[in-house]
Amino acid sequence: MDDAKLNVILDRHDRDPSALLAILMDIQKEENYLPREDLGRVSERIGVPMSRIYSLATFFSAFSLKPRGKHICTVCMGTACHVRGAPKLVEQIGRDFDVKAGETTADMKLTLETVNCVGACALGPLVILDGEYHGNITPTKLERVMKNLKKEQG
Amino acid sequence: MEPPDDKTVRFQINGRSHEGTRGESLLAAIRRHGYEVPSLCYHEAVSPYGACRLCLVEVKRGRRQKLTTSCNYPLQEGIEVFLDTDRVVRHRRTILQLLLAMAPEAEELRSLAAEYGVEDTPFVTDEEHADNACILCGLCNRVCNEVVGAHAIAFAGRGLHKRMESPYDDVAEACIGCGACVFVCPTSCIGIEETEQMRRILKWHRDLPMQKCAACGRPFAPTFQIMHFADKIGVERSHFDRCPDCR
Amino acid sequence: MAKRLQSTKELLSLQEKIGASRDPEQKVVSVCAGTGCCAYGAKKLAEAFASSIEGHGLEGEVALRLTGCHGFCERGPLVVIHPEGTFYQRVQLDDVDEIIEKSVQAGEVIERLLYADAGGKTYEHEKDVPFYKNQQRILLANNGLIDPTRIEDYLAIGGYRALAKVLDEMEPEEVCAAVKASGLRGRGGGGFPAGVKWESCRAAHSPDGVRYVICNADEGDPGAFMDRSLMEGNPHLVIEGMIIGAYAIGMPGKPKGYVYIRNEYPLAVERLGIALEQAREMGLLGEKILGSELDFDIRINKGGGAFVCGESTALMASIEGEVGEPRAKHIHTVESGLHDLPTNLNNVETWANVPLIIDRGVDWFTSIGTGDVSDNPWGGSKGTKIFALVGKVNNTGLVEVPMGATLRHIIYEIGGGIIGGKKFKAVQTGGPSGGCIPEEKLDLEVDFDRLTEVGSMMGSGGMIVMDESTCMVDIAGYFLHFLADESCGKCVTCREGLKQLCIIIDRIREGKGREGDLTLLQDLGETIAEASLCALGQTAPNPLRSTLKYFREEYEEHIRNKKCRAGVCKALIRYSIDAEKCTGCLICARKCPQECISGEKKKPHVIDQDKCIKCGVCMDVCKYDAVCVE
Repeated sequence: MDDAKLNVILDRHDRDPSALLAILMDIQKEENYLPREDLGRVSERIGVPMSRIYSLATFFSAFSLKPRGKHICTVCMGTACHVRGAPKLVEQIGRDFDVKAGETTADMKLTLETVNCVGACALGPLVILDGEYHGNITPTKLERVMKNLKKEQG
Repeated sequence: MEPPDDKTVRFQINGRSHEGTRGESLLAAIRRHGYEVPSLCYHEAVSPYGACRLCLVEVKRGRRQKLTTSCNYPLQEGIEVFLDTDRVVRHRRTILQLLLAMAPEAEELRSLAAEYGVEDTPFVTDEEHADNACILCGLCNRVCNEVVGAHAIAFAGRGLHKRMESPYDDVAEACIGCGACVFVCPTSCIGIEETEQMRRILKWHRDLPMQKCAACGRPFAPTFQIMHFADKIGVERSHFDRCPDCR
Repeated sequence: MAKRLQSTKELLSLQEKIGASRDPEQKVVSVCAGTGCCAYGAKKLAEAFASSIEGHGLEGEVALRLTGCHGFCERGPLVVIHPEGTFYQRVQLDDVDEIIEKSVQAGEVIERLLYADAGGKTYEHEKDVPFYKNQQRILLANNGLIDPTRIEDYLAIGGYRALAKVLDEMEPEEVCAAVKASGLRGRGGGGFPAGVKWESCRAAHSPDGVRYVICNADEGDPGAFMDRSLMEGNPHLVIEGMIIGAYAIGMPGKPKGYVYIRNEYPLAVERLGIALEQAREMGLLGEKILGSELDFDIRINKGGGAFVCGESTALMASIEGEVGEPRAKHIHTVESGLHDLPTNLNNVETWANVPLIIDRGVDWFTSIGTGDVSDNPWGGSKGTKIFALVGKVNNTGLVEVPMGATLRHIIYEIGGGIIGGKKFKAVQTGGPSGGCIPEEKLDLEVDFDRLTEVGSMMGSGGMIVMDESTCMVDIAGYFLHFLADESCGKCVTCREGLKQLCIIIDRIREGKGREGDLTLLQDLGETIAEASLCALGQTAPNPLRSTLKYFREEYEEHIRNKKCRAGVCKALIRYSIDAEKCTGCLICARKCPQECISGEKKKPHVIDQDKCIKCGVCMDVCKYDAVCVE
């Protein structure tokens, strides 16, 4: 992240160490993940030890320390989705794209993530592809949802 | 006998009356009066954390009697403390078994467990981490933050993936090599090596050149550590040119 | 609209003005824009309505309104035509013009889009549909009527009237007393009497008068979304509750407000942000609220995706910018919470009840619910509770019932029974730390104390229905893994204890369970419950213990007979094809990732058991129910 941009984020939060969580969220929103080098500058500029930043960034599952894929597919693992077969969907995407939950494909096209309930339980099982919700997913429907991605991957 | 000031409180341990200071760690008070309660994550120099759960006691306050860890329980007037009740002993044994499954090779842990009659664990030991005796008590971290002020290490991750490490499990740039963490670690899992030229803190991947005494030539502490302390207490760095013996 | 109101009088006259300007005969097409309906495409639907209204030259005559969640998410997208109140469900883009022409213009009812029950009977009005008719909606009452992004809509239905009443007529102590007398108990799970908490926080010493008023909107329980729905559908109700709380707890002094909200709820964050901004513009937040002495504002803090942050001390640590680790609560947060100052934390639904209690009175509130709270706030459970009814039930959605409604009423009368007429097995209440309640307890009257008695809890109000195809060992394992993953990992009993419970239950699921495992689970569960540091650990063994209590034979079958009667545990089942039912359509063979299904077209297929990975795709895609589990 360029320096000016980072400073805008820091200033937005008054360089307040207690706003660290919000600062990290803003960085991730821009960069799609938390680059190590950016965190180093945050540490220097708001006077928070790197160890504490690292601790926060690894504690909350919203953050990723590794670059994520161009597309992000999130499978809801809430209870309602679980009893309606969500684990099978994770397996299916895993097989089709050769990726494990929490990881990114080698070509950086797709990151597969799981989330513990997005509160859309009536639609379970549910898959969110790049922010768009797809409900009542079956294996066939999932194939349709992921079709374009599959093509893109070639 | 002097009248008790408002900081002094009276309380009971196993039915016997004692005095202590309001708000102090109950564990510290219990030990001061000569009773034994095991613990692995407590050290009087740093704030209590309540992670290892071994210092369980039962505390009766008013009509309610409950199980609690004593390290982080602030001493209060009139409480009745019971050590080694059946409930305490039963849970403590299970906790020791859980700890043994974490660090089956740790000598200190094995002998502590043996003291409480636990020789073995019914739980599955983690083969992958068998060589890592860290029980995540967090003492190293608290000493580094609260006593040394270096903030070199921290817990990373959460739940099953929690671990104590330097940022990115890479060289701990902020580590001054003082070795306080090594000293307080209850399972000796951090590791320190020292040669004429270098002190090495293994777990934090940190190598630090040693300062030689300007007088006798003996290496006595890492240069970085000396600078850190000189700055912290506000004396000239040259004050530490010589080792404590030659100063 | 952005004029700051200077007094309660100005507020009330503005309300009157808005009310008078509203034509009750106004034609309105209201489209549900909750997360559920949006996922079904409600946004596009609304756009289509907008252009259809325009295309038919009806602008100015017919209004389009995007509302909050109606709660009947199963049937989305939902559309209601006012003033008739015609209720259409599963509305598609193709239906839009027809609705405008027939329903809005000609006043006809489109039969096809009405809700029909299992017997085929249709219902024209929302209030007559059994799902709604059997509820008592007081908190959710206005979700479907107002546009949550317009404060005028909230004012039009009497919003902020309770705040005016409090500022005009009541001392802070009286407000605390009213909340205490109402018997309102915390809806976040603990069921602690809110008024008692308020009074303690009010009485606690604060050196410079700062007291924190926090709304816990970190609704982390999987299978619960009532808080999300309230924030999305009626955010001002929650905000009004908090302002009243700030006055009652913090005055005279300097109350400060926070909402700690899940990052996974983007729509709720957005709507709440808009609502706060509007409230500020109108002088309902900020300095000298409605001309009174009350200075109060609310900040939004987004959570980073950690279930444990729903725990009060972890939540406060997180607001301070620290890792969300709980601390021991030997000193209560009402005395020393956020930044070591007195802090009152209630959850979304609790706050939402406050304006209603003030507006309609304590007697009205205590007339709903169970028990007697006249001289003991723990003496019963008053008011309503919203449940998220999900799982293997026909009508999934948000259900608001008076405390004391039976499980049977909720699941059968409102929920319409089990999907596909299967057999009910259990209902799990209270989120991951709750318990599974078996069939023989279906007549249980649901309130805080009854649920605890049967080994479960209210929690935030998740209610997950399970049928015979749900394996109770698997479900206990699901919750244990969830909690092990979400544990902060600070204390040994919770972190290592849950890890070991997972290891043991996994080997039972894999058919490698040993004699003695059940005792080991039981004993370890007890240690975790008694010796863990925070409520997450202390309640974590609940799903295990309740399933062990009520469904022990399923565990024993897994261990001794290597059998999973629900056909869920992979290691204990095999898929096969019923030659009688198989039509040889080839679909399963094509979809099988292992390519291990063979057979010619129009002839029965066979699964090669050696290659089968038991992914279940064949069973899911078969249209003839020919794939079965043994």
